[in-house]
Amino acid sequence: MEKTHPYSSAEAIAVELQGIVRMFGGRTVIDGISLTIPRGELFGLLGPSGSGKTTLIKLMTGIDRPDAGSVSMLGEPMPQLKMLQVFGYMAQSDALYNELTGKQNLEFFGALFGLTGQLLKNRIHAAASLVDLTDHLNKQTAAYSGGMKRRLSLAIALLHEPRLLVLDEPTVGIDPVLRQSIWKELSALSRQGITIIVTTHVMDEAEKCDRLGLIRDGKLIAADTPEAIMQKAGCSTIEEAFIALGSGGGGEK
Amino acid sequence: MRIRALSIRIIRQFLRDKRTLALLFLAPLLILSLMKLVFDGQSVSPAIGMVDIPAVFTEKFEHLNAAITVYESPDSAHAALQAGELDAILQLSGGKPELMLEGSDPSINRAVLLLLQTAMQTGSGSAAPAITYLHGGPDMAAFDSFGPVLIGFFSFFFVFLLAGVSFLRERTSGTLERLLATPIKRYEIVIGYLAGFGIFTLLQASLIAWFSVDVLGLYMAGSIGYMLLINLLLSLTALTLGTLLSSFASSEFQIIQFIPLVIVPQAFFSGLFNLDAMNPWLQKLSSIMPLYYGADAMQGIMIRGESWGDFQIDVYVLIGFSLLFALLNVLALKKHRSM
Ligand SMILES: Nc1ncnc2c1ncn2[C@@H]1O[C@H](COP(=O)(O)OP(=O)(O)OP(=O)(O)O)[C@@H](O)[C@H]1O
Ligand SMILES: [Mg+2]
Repeated sequence: MEKTHPYSSAEAIAVELQGIVRMFGGRTVIDGISLTIPRGELFGLLGPSGSGKTTLIKLMTGIDRPDAGSVSMLGEPMPQLKMLQVFGYMAQSDALYNELTGKQNLEFFGALFGLTGQLLKNRIHAAASLVDLTDHLNKQTAAYSGGMKRRLSLAIALLHEPRLLVLDEPTVGIDPVLRQSIWKELSALSRQGITIIVTTHVMDEAEKCDRLGLIRDGKLIAADTPEAIMQKAGCSTIEEAFIALGSGGGGEK
Repeated sequence: MRIRALSIRIIRQFLRDKRTLALLFLAPLLILSLMKLVFDGQSVSPAIGMVDIPAVFTEKFEHLNAAITVYESPDSAHAALQAGELDAILQLSGGKPELMLEGSDPSINRAVLLLLQTAMQTGSGSAAPAITYLHGGPDMAAFDSFGPVLIGFFSFFFVFLLAGVSFLRERTSGTLERLLATPIKRYEIVIGYLAGFGIFTLLQASLIAWFSVDVLGLYMAGSIGYMLLINLLLSLTALTLGTLLSSFASSEFQIIQFIPLVIVPQAFFSGLFNLDAMNPWLQKLSSIMPLYYGADAMQGIMIRGESWGDFQIDVYVLIGFSLLFALLNVLALKKHRSM
């Protein structure tokens, strides 16, 4: 916060990270990452397993606190309680109440975001049809398949029509057809001006992002458009570019 | 609003889990019934040894359903008492009646004393006997005395366990982290849990109170409304303590480990056992144990028929404990989200 941005430019930035460091038990997991994500962008975080994607996302949303550096969202310093109303979040592991039906899960989270009555009903209907779950809403979540649980988590993140979506591996365990329709929907949301931050392992998903951040061992090794990244690395695919840029230690995935 | 959403969610989850509901509602009833059967065997006919007692008197006892054995010498009667063949010896020594009780089972002591009382009332008055005990003493009491403590104990125990495990699951399943990524405030989580569980707790407390008074026929001198109030407050304390301690457990098994640490000591200090013989410094430990206050009020209401003025301190202390634990809960949640 050393510079005072004019109001409009601060508002034009969805998420800004400056020199973020996060350590777990003496081990540095996020190592000095600075990153600016403008509003309306579809930003992808790509990196091997254990590279720190989830940790970085939790720091952006204020669910976790950095040991050094600062985070701001839409011009507000994080973490802040009121900002929790602003973004929609989908965790990597499905955090659902298995005893409840899909609809009851949606009702619960909707109410936490202040949705009530007819509005809540409409939003549940809209979010459920987006992820193709309308027919299964009255089923107990324990009886859902892995992909159905992922979709329900996504519906929960979309429920309160957030301006900013933070999705941690949203399409894991979802079949190719539905995956494509979900990405189509994400692109459409992005065109409406909604900022989307998404982590992924899947290279063809990465190519659909406006900009990509490549993470390896807690360091941001590149942040640019997919084309620029491929050009810089002199490769024809993101996969090759990733290997070329991150020469050295790798992950298992 | 958010509090309501949270408590509705808890109620819905609970209604799905029939086994847990059964544990909450039926297990205390089952255990209380068993306890009653074990400690309050109705038709005990005490075995009494008579030494030098006039035959009229002996007959009277036999009418009252006592098993009478006549001994020639005090020594042989005493040996039988030592060996556990007798529950009491009635003898004349120097023209005065003397009753010696075996004393280790309070319900039998009472039965013998009652018998003696009845026999003396119906008979022509010989002098009241001097009473001595082989073991124990006259202060021991039976199920009517510790029944109220048990009622409090089981409400406390089951609610503690369930609240602890539920909150732990919220944490280990990742839903707590998800919950904390919504605009819900920490205190709203704690109050939501209190409200959601509170409804089941209220039902449980009512069921236990009704069952122990109307079905088990526990001695009840006071108001059942007061009894309910105390039971409810005890459960709330258990609820807040259970959720608080679950922050320090990482599995269901570790919640079970709190039982010998937190629950069992409270049982010892809550009036199930007589503390008078204990080191006074150790006795003071009871003042930090919620169950001690609950049991004290419960006994006061059920046995001595106490009114509000007599046990209100216990009520305030229990409310204080609940508030303290709830507050610490809000603080403990800080570990997961600083806002
Ligand atoms: N709470 C924690 N305590 C200790 N270490 C942690 C914790 N959370 C994450 N880590 C460590 O931080 C590193 C990065 O984890 P993170 O979950 O961010 O990886 P990721 O990139 O999301 O991996 P994946 O693709 O498998 O989801 C890992 O080595 C992990 O072991
Ligand atoms: Mg991850």
